[in-house]
Amino acid sequence: MQEVISGIPLVNYIYISAALFGIGALGVMVRRNAIVLFMCIELMLNAVNLLLVAFSSYLGDTSGQVFVFFIMAVAAAEVAVGLAILIMIYRNANTTDTEVLNQLKW
Amino acid sequence: MNITQYIFWFLSFLALLSALMVVFSKNPVYSVLYLIITFFAIAGHYVLMSAQFLAAVHIIVYAGAIMVLFLYTIMMLNLNKETEPQKKTYIQIIAIVALGLLMVTMIGSIKGAEAAQPIADAAGIGTVEKLGDVLFNKFLLPFEVSSILFLSAMVGAVYLSKKNLQ
Amino acid sequence: MEQLVKLVPLFPLISFAIIGLLNRKLTKIHAAIFACTGVLLSFVDSIMIFIAQLNHGPVEVKIFDWIVAGDFSASLTFLCDHLSSIFLLVITGVGFLIHIFSVGYMMEDDGFRRFFAYLNLFIFFMLLLVLGNNFLVMFIGWEGVGFCSFMLIGFWFKEEANNNAAKKAFVMNRVGDLGFLIAMCLIFVAFGTLDFTKLFSGGLLASTSVSNEMMTIITLCLFVGAMGKSAQIPLYTWLPDAMAGPTPVSALIHAATMVTAGIYMVARTNFMFNMTPATLEFVAIIGALTALLGASIGLFQNDIKKVLAYSTVSQLGLMFLALGLGAYSAAVFHVVTHAFFKALLFLGSGSVIHSMGGEQDIRKMGGLKKHMPVTYMTFLIGTIAISGIPPLAGFFSKDQILAAAFEHNKLLFVLGMIVSLMTAFYMFRLLFLTFHGSFRGTHEQEHHLHESPFTMTFPLIVLAIFSVIAGFIGFPHALGEQMGIHNWFDDFLKTSVSSVHTEAHLSTELTMMGITTALILIVIFIARSIYVGKGAIPEDEKVERKGLQKLIYNKYYVDELYNALFTRPVDKLSAFFQNFMDNKIVDGIVNGLGKTTTKGGSYVRILQSGNINAYAILFILAITLLFLIILF
Repeated sequence: MQEVISGIPLVNYIYISAALFGIGALGVMVRRNAIVLFMCIELMLNAVNLLLVAFSSYLGDTSGQVFVFFIMAVAAAEVAVGLAILIMIYRNANTTDTEVLNQLKW
Repeated sequence: MNITQYIFWFLSFLALLSALMVVFSKNPVYSVLYLIITFFAIAGHYVLMSAQFLAAVHIIVYAGAIMVLFLYTIMMLNLNKETEPQKKTYIQIIAIVALGLLMVTMIGSIKGAEAAQPIADAAGIGTVEKLGDVLFNKFLLPFEVSSILFLSAMVGAVYLSKKNLQ
Repeated sequence: MEQLVKLVPLFPLISFAIIGLLNRKLTKIHAAIFACTGVLLSFVDSIMIFIAQLNHGPVEVKIFDWIVAGDFSASLTFLCDHLSSIFLLVITGVGFLIHIFSVGYMMEDDGFRRFFAYLNLFIFFMLLLVLGNNFLVMFIGWEGVGFCSFMLIGFWFKEEANNNAAKKAFVMNRVGDLGFLIAMCLIFVAFGTLDFTKLFSGGLLASTSVSNEMMTIITLCLFVGAMGKSAQIPLYTWLPDAMAGPTPVSALIHAATMVTAGIYMVARTNFMFNMTPATLEFVAIIGALTALLGASIGLFQNDIKKVLAYSTVSQLGLMFLALGLGAYSAAVFHVVTHAFFKALLFLGSGSVIHSMGGEQDIRKMGGLKKHMPVTYMTFLIGTIAISGIPPLAGFFSKDQILAAAFEHNKLLFVLGMIVSLMTAFYMFRLLFLTFHGSFRGTHEQEHHLHESPFTMTFPLIVLAIFSVIAGFIGFPHALGEQMGIHNWFDDFLKTSVSSVHTEAHLSTELTMMGITTALILIVIFIARSIYVGKGAIPEDEKVERKGLQKLIYNKYYVDELYNALFTRPVDKLSAFFQNFMDNKIVDGIVNGLGKTTTKGGSYVRILQSGNINAYAILFILAITLLFLIILF
């Protein structure tokens, strides 16, 4: 498979990761639904994962891929807890709209 | 342009497009579905970079577990209606400007970077054997610690989801 | 010996700590026992030290190094020589008697334990003052007794007047303390040490090249310190006001011990004063003037304690007169005898006040002789002693001072003479008005009259005995040589102070004694004829007095003068500072800052909207900015 990546410069992966990350950030900035916000955060995490794997493969260092493992683990835990919190919020406030959930200023 | 390059461009295009759709589709359920497509595209990239094991795990964890969690949540909250009001226009403009600035800065900083050439004997680093070797030797402690993280996440999730706290 | 010296101040400190810390947990009796035992042990200790000192040189006891900084070093060191052992005896002895007296006097008071805690603390500081081997340790004691005096004058703090008196005493003392402090700094600059032993017996003083002017300034500053503590012109007005405190306090602190600290200090540093005749002259003049002033005011006072207070001022003036004449041992001798008879008089007045239910106006007393025989007898002895009739204590000490004045300067001698005549007059006036004639108070008070309990009469009797016999320790030279009696006191002090007085001729001295005694007796007779014979009673407050009497009755308007000169300008200044500096400038800055912050906050709070999306936008912008800063 070594030939596979030899045809593609590493810079391409960097650009793609940056673009994915930007799209995720845009989502966080413009969407009002907390669940969609969450998904956008996942998107950003994945952009980072992609970059890590790319570097790992191009530099021949396995550590990068192990990092991705850990990021996945953390992401899974985060989603589990985060969604649980969202459900609690929904039960109390009956909404997931961030315009309404603006208690973060006190 | 050989076949791998075609595949690369196709996967990249698919990932970016469906990522955009995640952000811009009004129905959260569609967002989830587009996100799954993005994940598959990213998994394809992993395979391209000969990280096959990671690609498999990625599909299993993200598409298989996390997205299912999302779907379940949406289903339980009954949010699959397209009633979400749009952000105010000026906020959207500010957001896009901010993003533009970020992208410009990032691209500007990437531009100067020299493209690294792949190392000749890097083949096969994505195999289960190699990964397992590193994971259970070099990263044994973080590995064990992450189990505690999972345990606490589990406890937290269960506790939070209980109908009546106190 | 060294152990003994260490222990002396320790006992009162321990009993102070016990009473102060346990306070209400102790019964009154236990507190009294602790307090008296503490001082009694000190007293016994002092006696042992004294006996050891009889044939022993000065002892230096170093406790620990206190401050060592560069060239400067001060250690907590005690110096026990003949001078300080005399003071130890007086402080602990008289202190012990007054403690016993206080048990009876303060029994009904709520602050009984607090009172004894302060008294013990006072004794501790006083001992520290007397024992310190350098100016710094002395200064601690100096300030400590000032503090205790402040607390005890304002002991009944519920009355505004008492607090004011306490504040007045404190501030006046502070003026003097400043002099002391400056003197201390100058001494360090000039000699590089504050140690008494190094300065005096170490010969540092003798071999010094310090200029005469410098020495004069140093001694003057020291004397300013002594002025404040020992109530000399111009810093004497606090002492009469200090009578606001309980009577035992007046006896202990404001008559017998603390106010003599100034005399002790001058006597201790006598080597310095001896080098500066100008300062000595000044001290003598101030002392004589103060003596005259105090005695003259005392002539017309109607408050039993005020009379004694002015008498104290006047006697302190006499002591300074002696110091100024270089007759240090005479001054210290007078301190000792004065401690006995003045404490006796104060305690006697305390006994009277106790019996009168708090009444202090002698116009409302009279005829107490038959109700309080013990108090009367002891008070009479005290009065005779202070008036200077032989062979009681006051005669010997006063005679020594007058003899010194006679040789030195005839004018000062005449002043001293007048003072002692005045003293005899106002003291007998006080005695006659209080104890003779018929009772002038209310019926209720008359019914209440009683002799004081044993705890109060016992110290009176002991002090009376000492007032009679204490004089013999300083038997006059001129007389003594003839009869083969030494002036023991002078000889004893010789190692510590260098008195520079010459021997008077026997006939001169005898003539002088005779004349003095005769005049005093005449004055007493006059007083008797006025206050007993005619039964004259001083006029009421409201009656307008005329001429000199008006001036004296109003204490020469010194308080009013000080008010106009110092208090009011300072009040004005502080009003200015309050209205302008504080309200406008300081408050303006603080309020301005507050307003700016509020205003700024009201703008910045828009950013803090609570909306996560807005936060994300800010977040991204900030990161972009950071990127830009790092990269370009």
